[in-house]
Amino acid sequence: MAAETKIDGPAWVVTVLTAPPNIAVRCRGVTKDFGSGGTKVMALRGVDLDVRLGEMTLLVGPSGCGKTTLLSVIAGIMEPTEGEVEVLGADLASMPNGDVVRFRGRNIGFVFQQFNLLPALDATENVAVPLLIAGMRRRKALAKAAEVLELVGLSDRAYALPSELSGGQQQRVAIARALVHQPALIVCDEPTSALDAVNGRHIMELLHDSAVQPDRAVIVVTHDSRVYQFGHRIASMEDGHIISVDDASHHQPAAAAAH
Amino acid sequence: MAWIAWRMLIGNRGKYLGIVLGISFAALLIAQQAGIFWGLMNMTAAQIRDVRGADLWVMDPNVQFVDDIKPLSDNDMMRVRGVPGVEWAVPFYKGLARARMEDGNFQQVILLGLDDATLVGAPQEMLSGSLSDLDLPDALIMDDAGYKQLWPKEPFQPGKAFEMNDRRGVLVGICKASKTFQTFPIVYTKFTRATQYAPSERKVLSFVLAKAQPGQSLDELCATIKQQTGLSALTRQQFIRKTIMYYFTRTGIPMNFGITVLLGFIVGTAIAGQTFYLFTVENLRQFGALKAMGTSNPRIVGMVMLQAAQVGLIGYGLGVGGAAAFGVFARFNSKLAFLMPWWILAITGAAVLLIVLLTSLLSVRRVLTVEPAIVFKG
Ligand SMILES: Nc1ncnc2c1ncn2[C@@H]1O[C@H](COP(=O)(O)OP(=O)(O)OP(=O)(O)O)[C@@H](O)[C@H]1O
Ligand SMILES: [Mg+2]
Repeated sequence: MAAETKIDGPAWVVTVLTAPPNIAVRCRGVTKDFGSGGTKVMALRGVDLDVRLGEMTLLVGPSGCGKTTLLSVIAGIMEPTEGEVEVLGADLASMPNGDVVRFRGRNIGFVFQQFNLLPALDATENVAVPLLIAGMRRRKALAKAAEVLELVGLSDRAYALPSELSGGQQQRVAIARALVHQPALIVCDEPTSALDAVNGRHIMELLHDSAVQPDRAVIVVTHDSRVYQFGHRIASMEDGHIISVDDASHHQPAAAAAH
Repeated sequence: MAWIAWRMLIGNRGKYLGIVLGISFAALLIAQQAGIFWGLMNMTAAQIRDVRGADLWVMDPNVQFVDDIKPLSDNDMMRVRGVPGVEWAVPFYKGLARARMEDGNFQQVILLGLDDATLVGAPQEMLSGSLSDLDLPDALIMDDAGYKQLWPKEPFQPGKAFEMNDRRGVLVGICKASKTFQTFPIVYTKFTRATQYAPSERKVLSFVLAKAQPGQSLDELCATIKQQTGLSALTRQQFIRKTIMYYFTRTGIPMNFGITVLLGFIVGTAIAGQTFYLFTVENLRQFGALKAMGTSNPRIVGMVMLQAAQVGLIGYGLGVGGAAAFGVFARFNSKLAFLMPWWILAITGAAVLLIVLLTSLLSVRRVLTVEPAIVFKG
């Protein structure tokens, strides 16, 4: 991405730094329980995971195995019940809640299955939202947003409302929104499952080509084996555990033909 | 973020209109009913207001309002004239009389008797004829509205006659008078003649109107009169206030209007509150997404409050504007009294503020508790 987006304000103060510098996310013994007593659900049962900078890590596994929960914990929008989560050198568990919110705004980009664009804002304005949250002036934010929208190939739909865009186009807007403030971590929960196969592939290509950078990690939750080829690494989950982390080249046969 | 809040709000046109309409409705009803109420309350004191030229109204100490007549004696007036600081004091008759029309029908009228020599308390504006015509035998002057009530289609001609207390009276002129609470025609005549039209009573002096000597403090003079004569003396403003307060505290009128105002408030709050709450709930996912992307709770609350404040302001403007338009219409087209002093605007504003606060309270609770994790739910 050509545009450099530096948001004014103090730089993030790193709380701890135990992981090697090329590790964006380090989870150790992470558990997450929902509810208690008879209705208690143990969604995560001791997750150990390293996510590297400069890579796209796919998080795969059967429905209900805890993928979304793990992603939420990593992104700092859910607190783990136990365990250590270090994100970009910061120990989220030890941070006051307000700092976690600010940390998310500065350092994490989100792509959702349901897009979650603001229906009242047009494409450019939606892309500008993270910059506005960070306090950038509107005019500047919109100009920056327009650049990133061009990057995802949607300049011609800059003034369209989400309701006037196709699902694939909406997800492109969402990806532009996740990129616009140049976060070091981008998390995507099933970004292709609301789309057809062709659009799904385009979205994964876009993530692979534009989102992945040497100083950025991308985590994509998916259960769509057709897009495994776009990942560098595949972390498989089952029943609240990470059961394996493989180099994506293992999956190359199915993918290579498709590419 | 204020900008995003504003765009979210107007982006949902249906809900936006609903909320604004709810608040406008409440503001309109509150301002309009309070305006009519205040107009009505002021009408009760119309006849005090119409009497010009005198500084003080002197009356029986038990009089509670302007229509509560407790006659004085001639001797009382003499004693008022003797109080130091009083420049002059003249009699003023006010009472209800039964007029027997030429066709045999009866009609209640308000009869006012003015001091024969000075005509203190006379109407300020004559529309037809002149005040000096009261010198003619049996001469009466009637107010414009009263005349139109009795003879709806006939333009005024001097010589219209009717009887009061079996004595003939002849209209010689038409004047302007403020709308009164009782809405009976007002008939002016000289004091001595009024005593003959009045049903025979031992004492007929309703009020003594007095003028203070130049430089005399009115409050001091009131106290002196009270001390020397045992009568109550009030300035015009004091008597107006006393009369209004009487109607305010001793009648069911404020209650009736109060109930309407309260209803407007409740219905407006219900409509606006419900729609605003629905609007918030509908947008919970958006608020959740904003939270996930780094918007703090205080800022989210700020956005909701801003949205509420915005609809409040517009609703207030529309409602108060509507009430004012109604007032202008009422003034020219009906007998309705309508007054909208600044404090009605302030009260309406306070009510709208309260509606906005109540309305946003539930919504704020919802956006505060929404988990940003909602954004990952399918
Ligand atoms: N807020 C919650 N309250 C209670 N239980 C929850 C909650 N969120 C998730 N769970 C439970 O935790 C487990 C893991 O859920 P999660 O959403 O992480 O699965 P997932 O791997 O993302 O599944 P899918 O592929 O269907 O999206 C499930 O059993 C789910 O029912
Ligand atoms: Mg999931």
